[in-house]
Amino acid sequence: MAEYKRPSTEAEFAANFSPKKPLMSDTEAYYESSRCLYCYDAPCINACPTGIDIPTFIRQINNDNKDGAAKTIYESNWFGHACGNVCPTEELCEGACVYNNSDVKPIEIGRLQAHATDKVIRSKKKLFITGKPTGKKVAVIGAGPAGVSCACELRMLGHSVDIFEARAKASGLCVHGVAPYKLTNEEAVDEIAYLQEQFGFNIHYNKPVNGRAELDKLEKDYDAIFIGIGLGATSALGIPGENKKGVMGALEFVEVLRNKHQATAVGNAVIVLGGGNTAMDAASESCRMGAESVIIAYRRGPEEMGAYSFEFDLAKKSGSKALFNVTPVEIMGNGSVTGVKFIRNKTAYGKIEAIPGSEFVEPCDMVLLGTGQGKQVELLEQISGVKLDQKGRILDNRGRIVVNEHYQTSNPKYFAAGDAVNGGVEVVNAAAEAKKAAHGIDQYLKK
Amino acid sequence: MADLRTNLAGIKSPNPFWLASAPPTNSGYQIMKAFDAGWGGAVWKTLGVPVVNVSSRYGSVNYRDKRMVGFNNIELITDRPLKDNLREISEVKKRFPEHAVIASLMVETREEWHSIIRDVENAGADGIELNFGCPHGMCERGMGSAVGQEPKVLQTIVGWVKEVAKVPVITKLTPNISDITRPARAARAGGSDAISLINTIQSIVGVDIDQFVPYPIVDGQSTNGGYCGPAVKPIALNMVKNCAQHPEVGIPISGIGGVENWRDAVEFILLGATTVQVCTAVMHFGFGIIREILPGIERYMDEKGFKTIEDFRGKALPNIKHWEDLNLKYKVTASINESKCIGCQLCYTACEDGAHQAIALSNDPANRIPTIIDENCVGCNLCSLVCPVEDCITMERRDDAKQHLTWAERTAAGNIPKTFNDELAGGLHHWVPEPGEALAKKKPRHYKG
Repeated sequence: MAEYKRPSTEAEFAANFSPKKPLMSDTEAYYESSRCLYCYDAPCINACPTGIDIPTFIRQINNDNKDGAAKTIYESNWFGHACGNVCPTEELCEGACVYNNSDVKPIEIGRLQAHATDKVIRSKKKLFITGKPTGKKVAVIGAGPAGVSCACELRMLGHSVDIFEARAKASGLCVHGVAPYKLTNEEAVDEIAYLQEQFGFNIHYNKPVNGRAELDKLEKDYDAIFIGIGLGATSALGIPGENKKGVMGALEFVEVLRNKHQATAVGNAVIVLGGGNTAMDAASESCRMGAESVIIAYRRGPEEMGAYSFEFDLAKKSGSKALFNVTPVEIMGNGSVTGVKFIRNKTAYGKIEAIPGSEFVEPCDMVLLGTGQGKQVELLEQISGVKLDQKGRILDNRGRIVVNEHYQTSNPKYFAAGDAVNGGVEVVNAAAEAKKAAHGIDQYLKK
Repeated sequence: MADLRTNLAGIKSPNPFWLASAPPTNSGYQIMKAFDAGWGGAVWKTLGVPVVNVSSRYGSVNYRDKRMVGFNNIELITDRPLKDNLREISEVKKRFPEHAVIASLMVETREEWHSIIRDVENAGADGIELNFGCPHGMCERGMGSAVGQEPKVLQTIVGWVKEVAKVPVITKLTPNISDITRPARAARAGGSDAISLINTIQSIVGVDIDQFVPYPIVDGQSTNGGYCGPAVKPIALNMVKNCAQHPEVGIPISGIGGVENWRDAVEFILLGATTVQVCTAVMHFGFGIIREILPGIERYMDEKGFKTIEDFRGKALPNIKHWEDLNLKYKVTASINESKCIGCQLCYTACEDGAHQAIALSNDPANRIPTIIDENCVGCNLCSLVCPVEDCITMERRDDAKQHLTWAERTAAGNIPKTFNDELAGGLHHWVPEPGEALAKKKPRHYKG
């Protein structure tokens, strides 16, 4: 039985999707920041991909300097507010907090971070002065965490920036792919507006960069190009029945949900295929949309799931059940989906093997594919000199996936970071990489 | 079972916990409530010359999320009519005959002293406390701490009081003086039966950095106040000790200053106090804190086998020496319990930057447990004080406990360093890194500059 009643009003939707990490009040932030021990060479900093000086910003909050706290955060991470909300802090900074070693609740770093950044975003206080103009122009493709982070850093270095965004909103997966109880569209968009106001980069919306001709123009008009296009649509499973009504990608489902809220069509019996974080999100969200039964189906055992354990826990708490060691072989139904046929697996020497004759059908009226996103190969293949591997990942001039320490591709004018390069990790990784890429671009432009 | 009854120079009370003369003892209503809750005595908010108070009276020192670790006030003595206070004293004594009601007094002339003493004695007060301590408002009028700071004047006034007083007289001392035993001795010489200390310390608790005016703010301006609360306890303990140890003081002491729980009270008693007086803690948490204090001290006394307060009063005094009489042969060094260490490295940075560079970090960044460099450790305690984990860093004795040599003994033997670079000096053979090593040291990656 589902825990959640199917929402029919915005208020009911908001109640079912109440923030996982609600904004802290001043009092709560004061008390929580008081607990920080101010460790030497603090493990939380070292656990943060962007290396935010966490004990310092917490001390700044505690000493009533929230602008200073926000500045400390943004200096390291231009997506400070989004990351405060969407980062898997349990696995990163908060997971590293020394309080964990004495069974004391770790400092709520993510919420403190969002508290400080929320203050400056609301007050529209400018914290940074952009660099002296260099006269150089950089085109950034994609206004997601990588693209916008790169743009901010480039502006700090004095280069002018035009961002080309395929969609109508900036912030990438922060508005399209993150669970609504982690970050609202308004929060995501407000942070971009705050950054844009401060740094003065241009965002050209609904301007996808397609084809060789458009790339040629960019190459002609700009001194360098940054690729922050993320990943593509959910990959197909390659099993019969995938095109039936009621089957969709988990990421696409999240995107619809974020925009249509309670009007999103969700079945009564949902099967989510996959063991990653997006699958967990889709399962939690289906529960919150009032589905009566939500089953996460994964090919291997629970310990091998790609999802963080806290995400699986959240999905379970929301009302999801899980089926392990099953492979979908066919989506059943006549036009609309009526079930998924699975075969059971056993694992031998790390490989999964189907158990002959173990097929069964699990009935459902909706299937969400949390089976990973494809790469945006179509665009990348158009860039002359940019090499991709068989999986569509961007390679550097030595054929390595990691581009290089400057995030420069094998075509020296092109740089890339974020999901397009790392294959899809966290917002915080994109922010960290894009900042380094901006410095790579800066060095390239100075040559 | 512990017997908490006390007798301070003839003033008896069911337990040593009195309310200090302050806002919590402003009325019979409050004192009845306190006695009902379990308090043993109360020193009535000072009666005396007529005053007018300002609005906005208190200021606070907060430490992180802890409110009122220090507290100050610019409130004066009672502004209620004397006759109301006298009537209420009678009522309280009638209802609580076994509890101590002490009238705190502050007037100017000999005649006024004589008159008000007769009044409060007639009302039933068990004792009198002379307020020679208030450091704001009253001292400008030649009373309060203006008296406490002039031992001769203090002695004269105590003399006036003793001319008529039939109940015991306690002289309350101001800490705003360099040697507390001087007014204490003057009080004794004037005939005072006991002393109480400390009154509040002249203070500014903070400054409003936007309005450019200290707290508390009275219409855009401020004045110095009297400081009290947990933050002043160490100063109070030292002054109580000084009086308790001085052979020419020799009269009972009521200890005041930052008492908030049973342990604070035990500390004051171990340094010689017979009773303790509490104000700020009650202003913060109410009279109910007595529910923690009474069972706390009873448990302590039962555990130690102390039957009465007298059994342990002053018990720490013989162990308080002059520095020159401490054993220079005693040696402790720090020891880190690895199983308790949580890896915050506060001990490391405290010792490295604030002490003697006697703690090392592992070269393996995954191992965050520091180690003590025994030969550098001077046994200062700092690491054990900053460590956030109970009993993780302990100070372990390293000498053989057989040798005893003090600075006084060395001086007598002519065995002390005499020149600036004398081989006999203490720090001469301690290891200290070369200045340049500071800049070569690996810094955490987020340190700027």
